[in-house]
Amino acid sequence: MSDLAPRLTMIDASVKVAPVRISERHVAGVLIVALCAVLVLIIALPLWALLSKSLEDTHGNFVGLANFVSYATTPTLFFSLLNSLAVASATTVIVVPLAFLYAYALRRSCIPAKGVFYAAAMIPVFAPSLLSGLALIYVFGNQGLLKSWMMGASLYGPVGIIAAETLYSFPHAMLILVTALALSDGRLREAADAMGTSRWRIFRTITLPGARYGVISAVFVVFTLVITDFGIPKVIGGQFNVLATDAYKQVVGQQNFPMGAVVGIILLVPAVLAFFVDRVVQRRQGAMLSARAVPYVPRPDRRRDLALLGFVGVIAFAIVSPYAIAFWGSFVKYWPYNLSLTLSNYNFAAVEPDGWKTYGNSLLLASLTAVIGTALIFIGAYLIEKVKLYPRLRAFAQFLAMLPMAVPGLVLGLGYVFFFNAGWNPLGFLYGTLTILVINTIAHFYTVGHITALTSLKQLDSEFESVSASLKVPFWSTFRRVTAPICMPAILDIAVYVFVNALTTVSAVIFLYGADTKLASIAIVHMDEAGAMASAAGMASIIMFTAIAVKLAHAGLDRLVFGRLQHWRQR
Amino acid sequence: MSTTAPPFLSIRDLSKNYGAFRALHDIDLDIRRGEFVCFLGPSGCGKTTLLRAIAGLDQQDGGTILMGGRDVSRASPSERDFGIVFQSYALFPNLTVTDNIGYGLVNRRRSSAEIARRVEELLTLVGLPEQGKKYPIQLSGGQQQRVALARALATSPELLLLDEPLSALDAKVRVRLRDEMRSLQQRLGVTTIMVTHDQEEALAMADRIVVMRDGGVEQVGTPEEIYRRPATPFVADFVGHMTFMDAIVTGPGRVRVDELDLLVANATPFAVGTPVRLAMRPEEVRTRSIGEDTPNRFEARIGDLAFLGSYCRAHLEPTSSRSTRIAADFSTNAMRDLGITAGQVCTVAFPPEALHVFAGGAR
Ligand SMILES: Nc1ncnc2c1ncn2[C@@H]1O[C@H](COP(=O)(O)OP(=O)(O)OP(=O)(O)O)[C@@H](O)[C@H]1O
Ligand SMILES: [Mg+2]
Repeated sequence: MSDLAPRLTMIDASVKVAPVRISERHVAGVLIVALCAVLVLIIALPLWALLSKSLEDTHGNFVGLANFVSYATTPTLFFSLLNSLAVASATTVIVVPLAFLYAYALRRSCIPAKGVFYAAAMIPVFAPSLLSGLALIYVFGNQGLLKSWMMGASLYGPVGIIAAETLYSFPHAMLILVTALALSDGRLREAADAMGTSRWRIFRTITLPGARYGVISAVFVVFTLVITDFGIPKVIGGQFNVLATDAYKQVVGQQNFPMGAVVGIILLVPAVLAFFVDRVVQRRQGAMLSARAVPYVPRPDRRRDLALLGFVGVIAFAIVSPYAIAFWGSFVKYWPYNLSLTLSNYNFAAVEPDGWKTYGNSLLLASLTAVIGTALIFIGAYLIEKVKLYPRLRAFAQFLAMLPMAVPGLVLGLGYVFFFNAGWNPLGFLYGTLTILVINTIAHFYTVGHITALTSLKQLDSEFESVSASLKVPFWSTFRRVTAPICMPAILDIAVYVFVNALTTVSAVIFLYGADTKLASIAIVHMDEAGAMASAAGMASIIMFTAIAVKLAHAGLDRLVFGRLQHWRQR
Repeated sequence: MSTTAPPFLSIRDLSKNYGAFRALHDIDLDIRRGEFVCFLGPSGCGKTTLLRAIAGLDQQDGGTILMGGRDVSRASPSERDFGIVFQSYALFPNLTVTDNIGYGLVNRRRSSAEIARRVEELLTLVGLPEQGKKYPIQLSGGQQQRVALARALATSPELLLLDEPLSALDAKVRVRLRDEMRSLQQRLGVTTIMVTHDQEEALAMADRIVVMRDGGVEQVGTPEEIYRRPATPFVADFVGHMTFMDAIVTGPGRVRVDELDLLVANATPFAVGTPVRLAMRPEEVRTRSIGEDTPNRFEARIGDLAFLGSYCRAHLEPTSSRSTRIAADFSTNAMRDLGITAGQVCTVAFPPEALHVFAGGAR
């Protein structure tokens, strides 16, 4: 740059202009206030409505803790609590060790086809929870293929619930444990190996303690998932009452809102507990890894690998086959007496007035939620993380954004019922509309998307905003030209996550749908209630395949985005 | 630079706290138009904090900042006129070099042809013609630094702020780029503030150096002043190498170190008998053309010798004293001419004007 002396005059004459016309500070302020307002509306107020409803009688008079007292002294209700605790504990005890071994095989052994086994274990994530219940009914139910295996015991009750919940919660536990096992430091293992430590001792003294936070986290997540799940006890629970079905019966059946609220608050306890445990665990787990930790690379070990392969094969089969059988069953004329195939079960209109329209509604809800929700979540995370103004408001928004993680869908749904049904609420007209389903679903899945967005935003150079300010480029331009394009993979992740969950969720929306807005996942419940199990299984299968297709499309799109649209990532 | 013109940047009584921690305090500073100023100091002394306060990126808690006569103490960054280069460069990875440089030009209602011409001009200016289509990841560290510089200069700011712009580069590139940056700055005449903790860089580039310590300004002066007349032992020690000796004032312009009676040129305000600290740079120790009348001459044994490339560092032990050790640098030339070897005794002298007297004998 030394020998060329360009016309400096021109440089001087160039750009002395335009103080930014709209003050960034004002725009940022308006946006952050708007974000807080939206989060208060869709998260805080419904929760507040739930809390206050639990302290009122059916006429809306304040009665203190009377509802809780009458809950504890009504045997039928109180037994549900015990039932829920028993079922959730049993499922946790079964799932976590199995998932741990499965994750261990995927991370710490040299078994072949890890990708296939991983995908197999993930299948339940893509289906509404009650499909696992339906699937078990096909196999072990009154008309099940393997009914004799039950040796006279009934599937409809705790046995069925525990089995189905095990299927349904398995991938969630496995995901956490795979991550935890990926984190452990390989150097410890190698040092132990070098000292000739026995395999069992290594497992006990290094592997298990290394993954202990993952195990704790998995325990709480599984327990919470099971105790708050509505779909499975609904289809397979028979006369066995649990908290989630009680809440539904109190609110939808008996219109006893205060008692529904009490149940909701009880359901909130384990979830809130799980939330805080998870936060502590995340912090500890991060601190455990030194920056120089090296990932463990397993070496082949024939005996261990064969044993683990056998185990993983059995589990994967146990997960996939019920879903496959349910899918098959959806084409069967009259299970199990006439196994010839037919498409008539997919003529949903025969058993469910809205028929295929419910599937359309679901797609519409999932799409709207994905688009609007992702935009809200990502822009919200950007305002919280990158705009350095109004720290108090941003901290408040951050708190609200983390709340939904601690709120089970059923509880959020109850909150929405109480809030939007309240006579004084001018937004009451939203009740039963697609709008309320969309905002409820956004709120329901807000936190995971928010964390994904924050993580990817934190990876950006924190000086992008400073540079833009120095160049007098407003932050929204930088958001559009730099931040959002760089974060596109994370944005897609969020959108797909929200989409898939919007398709499969039942628990919150079952309180909120209206005559025109019945969703496929709710139609499944109703078809099952009406005894049309094949149609229910068919609709659930369609949802599952839609979700899987979206996920696969995402994987392809991700490659495209990384490869072509983000060629700046390559040297 | 006439002394009557008002300073371009004027900082008064600036302070900033992080909780109970005083990151900046009592900062008073004037910077003239067109000047190249370096903030120099050890890690954590508040250089970046001061730079960011000037930019408005992290606002100060107290004090005022005048920029071009305008009070910008509470102005947001976009209401101030500056370009900035960060240590990380903060280039936008998804934009080409051209788009990075033109980033600040786009929203100023200028035609795309005009912008393209300006970007071309800047690329030439920083010595990167024909690199405009690349993405930042495809450039070397030095090239990225130039792109960041070009982007900061694109809008022709009145003030250029640089936060350790060279520290991510290897030594060779660093030396070349610092010369280029200096000459570019002089041609453009843009007022420039650079943060660095590399004293060599500061001495080589700056018109004036601001030495900082623990959130305060220790000394402001030209590189020459800072080096020749350090105001405090801290500055003396931080900039260049300095040997410290405990001494006692024995008269006006006279001090004693152990058995050595020494003349000092700079008048000392200390009373007779006051313990002081005497300091001298190793390269000021004279070994040649010492005559009978040369002041401060004495016999010394050459202790260990360390070869450091173009010169040797020796430790001198005056024959009259056993405890004092004084570092001295001998050029390779002098070594050869005088045949200096370890263990040998030779005559050396401390030039009186090279001796600095600071308060406080006891450390
Ligand atoms: N956001 C912050 N919160 C708390 N303390 C801070 C913050 N930013 C800086 N500090 C503290 O203020 C002091 C000055 O920091 P500053 O970044 O200005 O140092 P520096 O002189 O630029 O150092 P370096 O050469 O390491 O960059 C440091 O002790 C630092 O720990
Ligand atoms: Mg710094």
